Amino acid sequence: MKKEHPGAPLLRMDRIPHIWCPTCGIGTTLNCLISALSASKLDLDKVSVVSGIGCTGRGAGYIKLDSFHVTHGRAIPFATGLKLANPKLKVIVFSGDGDIIAIGGNHFIHAARRNIDIVVICVNNFNYAMTGGQVGPTTPLTANATTMPFGNYEKPFNLPYLAESSGAVYVTRWTALHIRRLTGAISETLNKKGFSFIEVISPCSTIYARRNKLGDGLSLMKFYHDNSEIKHGANTRDVNIEFQKKIVVGKFVDIEKPTFLEARDEHYRRVLGEKYQPYGGIG
Amino acid sequence: MKADPKGVLTGSHYLDGDHACCEGALAAGCRFVAGYPITPSTEVVERFSARIPRVGGIFIQMEDELSSSIAILGASWAGVKSMTVTSGPGFSLMMEHIGLAVMLETPCVYVDVQRGGPSTGLPTLPSQADMMQARWGSHGDYEVIAISPSSPQECFDMTIDAFNLSEQYRTPVFLMMDECVGHMTEKVVIPPADKIEVTPRRYTKLPPGKYLPYKPDRDLVPPIVKAGDGYRFHVTGLTHNEKGYPVMSADCQETLVHRLVDKIRVNAKKIIRYEEEKINGADVIVVSYGITARVAQQAIELARKDGVKVGSLRLVVVWPFPEKRIRELAGKTKAFVVPEMNYGQIVFEVERCAAGRAATFLVPHGGGTTHNPEDIYKKIMEAAG
Ligand code: SF4
Repeated sequence: MKKEHPGAPLLRMDRIPHIWCPTCGIGTTLNCLISALSASKLDLDKVSVVSGIGCTGRGAGYIKLDSFHVTHGRAIPFATGLKLANPKLKVIVFSGDGDIIAIGGNHFIHAARRNIDIVVICVNNFNYAMTGGQVGPTTPLTANATTMPFGNYEKPFNLPYLAESSGAVYVTRWTALHIRRLTGAISETLNKKGFSFIEVISPCSTIYARRNKLGDGLSLMKFYHDNSEIKHGANTRDVNIEFQKKIVVGKFVDIEKPTFLEARDEHYRRVLGEKYQPYGGIG
Repeated sequence: MKADPKGVLTGSHYLDGDHACCEGALAAGCRFVAGYPITPSTEVVERFSARIPRVGGIFIQMEDELSSSIAILGASWAGVKSMTVTSGPGFSLMMEHIGLAVMLETPCVYVDVQRGGPSTGLPTLPSQADMMQARWGSHGDYEVIAISPSSPQECFDMTIDAFNLSEQYRTPVFLMMDECVGHMTEKVVIPPADKIEVTPRRYTKLPPGKYLPYKPDRDLVPPIVKAGDGYRFHVTGLTHNEKGYPVMSADCQETLVHRLVDKIRVNAKKIIRYEEEKINGADVIVVSYGITARVAQQAIELARKDGVKVGSLRLVVVWPFPEKRIRELAGKTKAFVVPEMNYGQIVFEVERCAAGRAATFLVPHGGGTTHNPEDIYKKIMEAAG
């Protein structure tokens, strides 16, 4: 008997096989999301997934929920509109580092600043994989990329630090092989209000690993996992990533702050009194 | 369906075009606006931000026009009528999501209060130089609907029309204002809510499992759903089949893009709107739109005093273009005179449709102010021969 994939009820099985390479970390990350969703008490009809463009951007296309595959870098502002227009929805952004942090970087910091109530899962594979391995704002110093053929000399962003300083209420980082912990982190964000950010360090077996001679995807996935150091509550200033060095993982930030809609609601109730018409979406 | 009275400010007002546009949006049922400040359009969002907490809905000032132009798509997929407002430089940034709105077939309204360009140009002064950008600005093949109001009253009325058309055809609709119309103040009459017709969203009647997001109805428009209703649907900016799934093939491209284009072309007769005056037997027909149509009126009257038979055709809906009508008229009139606040945009459409059967004269104007009616008058006289 053919065994069904455990995530099948939440996967668009009519779209499988997916496009991801064997041993790529995006698939395991999507599995973690699906496990967390399956285990959650959320009404899954009210969960939307939004992706931008890139390898990870294909995530929305495989998950069997209301799902939106939009433009490059703009998953967050799309999600912002969706969430604000219907606050009853749980909105998850699933996309890559180039998409969210480079072309979408401005939207990222502003959504965090406003504390828009969305979950952002950012799969960081240190390069632009879909277009063939160009340098990105996450590429570690000295790593090789097609547009940094002699090694990268641009200092990358430290994503947890960027997220925290922009205003995120929940910031965590795991590798794609921390299956249980990553699933647990996603579960926490599903019950968290506010801008939650999850960075997932993921091997790009086909492009980044090969170009940098880091072995096959599986060994790189293991390398990231085995070279990670769990430091919950670490100062996000100190968690920047260097080429093939230790990766600090853990939950760095978990605080409470009024979301955009809560702050708006509270403010208008106070200043407009009875004239204020609270908004809860339609339908 | 009648308008929701909550958003309708019934009465006689003294409003500028920007404010009237905002009231039109509220009357049409728009409950989500995302915007970024830009002269001369900012008054629309300023008014909306003050009105919406007392009507019930959301305004958010985004970090740029890239994000405003897609936040409204997210809101629309949550089932809420949505709009963004901008001017030339912002309109340029929005092109990305105009393409996405077309591709996802998302009802929404983009307002462009045109100012002089290129680039930063003339922030506080008018032009009509974004007309072709509205038609062709985003990459790929598509058709759009664009409306051109020429007074604050029309800014109110036609914003409602824009929303209704966007719901009817599941497509972004442009309201192509200009600085002059946006900032001129005139009487605006807002009727009672039960006198305002609004087009409801065309939701599917099919249950989840049976519904296909891109299976068109007879008019080529597919019924829609919204997030949260259990359909677990997928939409993508990639070329997609009726299920909404990406398919990278020439066949799928042909089926999808051909329908997207035909959706407007086939229904063009129902969408196109123009106003004609003294067309029968006219030797010269002035084709104009927006504020320029009002300026041209004076020139037309001057020429008539000189005994020239001048007709007027004002484009209310500019896109889709009334090709058939211009073709008909080309066989009957000597010449078309097209004044517009640019160096030639809509005139090319007129010329194309006239196909040499009537002469076509442009009255160009770089913007910054409206035409001097004298210039239009001179061109009419020249065209009359
Ligand atoms: S190219 Fe890299 S990131 Fe993309 S699917 Fe393959 S392994 Fe994953």
